[in-house]
Amino acid sequence: MSESMGVKTLIIDGQELSARAGQTILEVARENEINIPTLCHMEGLSNVGACRLCLVEIKGSNKLLPACVANIHEGMEVVTNSERLKKHRRVILELLFAERNHICAVCVSNGHCELQALAQELGLTHINLPYRNPALTVDASHERFTADHNRCILCSRCVRVCAEIEGAHIWDVMGRGIDSIVITDLHEDWGSSACTRCGKCVQCCPTGALFDKSKIGSDHPKYPDFLPYLNLMREAQ
Amino acid sequence: MTIEELEQIAKSVCQENDKYDFEVNVCMDLACMSQGADRLREALEKAAGASGKNVLVRRTGCMGPCSSGPLVRVDPEENLYHHVKADNAEAIVASLGGAPVPELQCDLNDHFDRQVRVVLENAGHIDPEKIDDYISRDGYKALLTALTEMTPNGVIHRITESGLRGRGGGGYPTGLKWGTVAKAGGELKYVVCNGDEGDPGAFMDRSVMEGDPHRVIEGMAIAAYAVGASKGFIYVRAEYPVAVSRLTTAIREARRRGLLGNGICNTPFSFDVEIRLGAGAFVCGEETALLASIEGRRGTPRTRPPYPAVSGLFGKPTLLNNVETYANIAPIVRNGGKWFANMGSERSKGTKVFALTGKITNTGLVEVPMGIKLREIIEVIGGGVPGGHTFKAVQTGGPSGGCIPAEMLDLGVSYDALMAVGSIMGSGGMIVMDDTSCMVNVAKFFVEFCKTESCGKCIPCRAGTAQMHTLLTRICEGKGTMEDLDLLISLCETIKETSLCGLGMTAPNPVLSTIKYFHNEYIEHIVHKRCPAGVCNIEAPVAVSAEVLA
Repeated sequence: MSESMGVKTLIIDGQELSARAGQTILEVARENEINIPTLCHMEGLSNVGACRLCLVEIKGSNKLLPACVANIHEGMEVVTNSERLKKHRRVILELLFAERNHICAVCVSNGHCELQALAQELGLTHINLPYRNPALTVDASHERFTADHNRCILCSRCVRVCAEIEGAHIWDVMGRGIDSIVITDLHEDWGSSACTRCGKCVQCCPTGALFDKSKIGSDHPKYPDFLPYLNLMREAQ
Repeated sequence: MTIEELEQIAKSVCQENDKYDFEVNVCMDLACMSQGADRLREALEKAAGASGKNVLVRRTGCMGPCSSGPLVRVDPEENLYHHVKADNAEAIVASLGGAPVPELQCDLNDHFDRQVRVVLENAGHIDPEKIDDYISRDGYKALLTALTEMTPNGVIHRITESGLRGRGGGGYPTGLKWGTVAKAGGELKYVVCNGDEGDPGAFMDRSVMEGDPHRVIEGMAIAAYAVGASKGFIYVRAEYPVAVSRLTTAIREARRRGLLGNGICNTPFSFDVEIRLGAGAFVCGEETALLASIEGRRGTPRTRPPYPAVSGLFGKPTLLNNVETYANIAPIVRNGGKWFANMGSERSKGTKVFALTGKITNTGLVEVPMGIKLREIIEVIGGGVPGGHTFKAVQTGGPSGGCIPAEMLDLGVSYDALMAVGSIMGSGGMIVMDDTSCMVNVAKFFVEFCKTESCGKCIPCRAGTAQMHTLLTRICEGKGTMEDLDLLISLCETIKETSLCGLGMTAPNPVLSTIKYFHNEYIEHIVHKRCPAGVCNIEAPVAVSAEVLA
């Protein structure tokens, strides 16, 4: 009996699939190359179901379920890409783009940003919602890394990786609602926090909110030696 | 403690009370206290002492019509006095045994006659800080009956039979919830009481905790017995200091009487309760956020399943009910499930306490049978809209609810009926609005509340409520366009369907319901740049002369 083996069968987007009991919808979908967009999910970290991009429809229920945390069950019929879901995903992305200052052209992560990639994937060419343009800070106090809150989407991957993997729990969320920000220690500068400088948070950050200073510099090598040379040549004329 | 001992205590309280010829009950609920009930009680005691009459001055919980406070009821005549000042104390004491004081008498017969009091049966009749007062009105009898005569399954059966549904707003069948927790495995289970009443304009749970704290504790103890829990937490918001202090006293007294603690009433059942204070976050009324807060973590909701019934507080099976739900338990156990099921409507049984506020004559607490028409609550019990204004809408369910227009006043109040018209029962706040209220502005007010109280975890609620607020502000300022309105509606749909918890899912309700029932007010603001109620400050469009344009 398939039940006792712990194997379940289900349908995702019309495809009949088998999966192990206890797997999430997202795991099964990805194993079978069915794409469900995610932002807060990251393999290796706990799931929080916060970004709501992975919501899917389950036949027989009007409620949308987050694929990253919803477990599969026998005979389940999942739809991952209906017009209703596409609309919601676009609005959620619009909300994210309008929430803070996401200006791709001047962002360090331009070209390798998960938010940008998702927008391209969903064909989001413009934002209808009013931009909020909040005045947010950039914390460059750390010798190796920078936190630019203008680019943060509060996915909490940095919080989770620091607590769950590094075991340092330097990052956490402060404030409520639209005023929430990620902070280091008890809202101290990142540079003077108890950060172990492992850099895991930077690698997990989906946008340009956390970045490595050295990588920025290497893209733009500068050669100031030209100046004395230039002056010397001019004097010689 | 046995039932006989309880009866003995009840008897001695009655004998004690019989020594007095008159009882003067002073409402010491927060509303009356804030109007000087404290000084009034002192003055009454002083006057009673000086008069030589045999008078018992008793502090009680909420009597109901808060706007008429401070309230005093003189028994056995049942004369209710309103707006009583400390200066009136002597007149009241002097009138005892004679004619009542005419200028203080209030005629609230219509207000009281239509009410059915189950949850509030003791409010206004007992001293909330005296456990014996509670015992004298059948207090803890239900607990002892359950412990000595009923099986845990029997208790759950009785609750299921009653048809009681969660009074926190969701309306989940209480018996079903109890059954699920009872079936969950594990030695350690918890019973939690949600006293984090955060809706603007709602104060039912506060009044129950302040006026009859033992009722909540007894309900929790019965629940613990039914589901097999041994530890309980009452989560109360810190903004309710009087409730906290009365609950603390009640827990202490119950322990002293052996009604909480190890081996209650010589049975193997042990149960104790602790109080946890909320730090003022509305979202902590959501069950998973509340549990996180009790655990000492940031109060943010998590995805469900697993439901708290399976994995709740500290990962253990947890029964979580609202204050008013627990307050209904003892009478159901005492009187039977059928008795309760006989009250109310088809799918919503029993009574519901509502906090009537806003543009209404009798502001205060009312308890009515489910199924009663909104019109009856507002026009008869509430005394209608004062000041010659006309009724416009009633908002039920706090910031998560919708606005119900005058045409729908004949709606019978029940979970399903309110849901069908785009509102919710919620915890029981009822805010009445008249023609001086601008519905767009009302929607903006509630959205602003949700925006401020959003925890920020999920995007639709965090950024969505902020965007709704921006769009509504534009419309209120006369700067909105029809495109903004379409955008707002589309945004509302996404927030409603995609938010992580109930706060976000219901935050668009005030907007959607006002757009549905008061569409013309939105049009007036957007197209004609005027606020029909005169609330919104819309600047007159600057007249541009043809000369300038040329």
